[in-house]
Amino acid sequence: MNKEMQKKIHKFVQNGMYILLDVNSGAVHVVDKMIYDMMDYFDGENDAEVQKAMDGMYPAGDVQEALGELHHLMEIQQLFAPDIDVPPTFKAKGLVKSLCLMTAHDCNMRCKYCFGDTGEYGGERQMMSKEVGQAAVDYIIDHSGPRKHCEIDFFGGEPLINMPLVKHVTEYVRKRERETGKVFKLTLTTNGLALNDANIQWLNDNNISLVLSTDGRRETHDNMRPDAGGNPTYDKVMANFRKCVDSRNDENYYMRGTYTACNLDFTKDVEAMADAGFDILSMEPVVLKDSPYALTEDMLPEIYAEYDRLTEFYLKRHREGKGFFFFHFNMDLSNGPCVAKRLSGCGAGHEYYAVAANGDLYPCHQFVGRDRYRLGDVFSGVQNQELPQYFRQSHVLNKPKCVDCWARFFCSGGCHANADLFNEDIRIPYDMGCAIQKKRLECALAVQAILALEK
Amino acid sequence: MKHIQTVNQPSLQLTKNSGGCGECQASCQSACKTSCTVGNQVCESKK
Repeated sequence: MNKEMQKKIHKFVQNGMYILLDVNSGAVHVVDKMIYDMMDYFDGENDAEVQKAMDGMYPAGDVQEALGELHHLMEIQQLFAPDIDVPPTFKAKGLVKSLCLMTAHDCNMRCKYCFGDTGEYGGERQMMSKEVGQAAVDYIIDHSGPRKHCEIDFFGGEPLINMPLVKHVTEYVRKRERETGKVFKLTLTTNGLALNDANIQWLNDNNISLVLSTDGRRETHDNMRPDAGGNPTYDKVMANFRKCVDSRNDENYYMRGTYTACNLDFTKDVEAMADAGFDILSMEPVVLKDSPYALTEDMLPEIYAEYDRLTEFYLKRHREGKGFFFFHFNMDLSNGPCVAKRLSGCGAGHEYYAVAANGDLYPCHQFVGRDRYRLGDVFSGVQNQELPQYFRQSHVLNKPKCVDCWARFFCSGGCHANADLFNEDIRIPYDMGCAIQKKRLECALAVQAILALEK
Repeated sequence: MKHIQTVNQPSLQLTKNSGGCGECQASCQSACKTSCTVGNQVCESKK
């Protein structure tokens, strides 16, 4: 087989199904075992070689029939579709349309896996001032050009401990929307500890989307997410989340957890969230270096098996009429993002910046405090002009490990901050992240295929 | 087809010369924010 053609497809078995992905078209084919075996050989121009290889394994007539089907897919560009190059729609320069505000470099929890040093980000505990918040809003309006939709995420530390700033920025955003015609989506990521009635009411009244952090089971959560005094927090935050989600008609939120080396059986944590009545869920792998909680390569077989279990659990609940959204399994295979978006990826450093509490700009929230990535500040703008261009050009077609990877148009190259953390180079992806991502994508593709076929 | 069931109507090739409007939601790829995986984002113009 022509090895170049091999790079254009990915075949795998998931949930007992043989799945063939055509990388450059995004076509997902559920095939029989014979086609699956034939794809070890078939390159579009070697029918005789395929027939010879299948001789004795499958009837010659069936192989001939299957070859006809494969050639039909090639004709309609759903097999071995042409390579995708950087399209003209991927503009040379990015426009900043999203900001993450580090509203508080402080937190009322002491999560053991926190990448932000429980809020300090390698510096001092600090609150963002109203002046910085307002300048950030002006910055995004001045630099988002014709983009109508902009985003601001209130992040931390814990943003609810700086509610005066959150309220001030929101009010200012609404004023500037009226003046400019832009539309802002506002989100807030919270640990829930300070999610009292007044805050809930205000967040609902102001249409703030929420990301609610908890780790699932009580024991998982309390092990990793104590408060600043070391006390368990599960009961308090879950009661607050319940009240909050009820008050917004079970909409406009995501509940997200983190799994670590301590809970590789994380399907049970997703189940705990679902059983607690929440149905818009995610569970993310922790990213840590040199930590007892870190995920390491030797755990991959167990992690893969757990995603298989999660897939089964997801489908079981769906079939029982008790389905839930799992972020990584939500995928519209027919109307996904355009090529330009898939190259832009997360946009860190060129479409998306983080604003530290003191107003400094960084490529994203994870880079805050990493001095060599400081871009400038919200008052005087970006001084390091080269870095945003470097981030924009660090897309999958420019990264050696990504350019031939089957997952390139789904993952868009992975997290730059993780690549920098492990490899000190944003163009060398973090291997564990890739491995987990690929398994999760196979599960997602299988879920979508199963649901489509069951319709 | 007897041996193959295609489960989607893929559009990736069609967007090589279209798209790029940039109006879609940012999609963080780190583990900390639940908006990872670009492939499962929604196209704002197709909503």
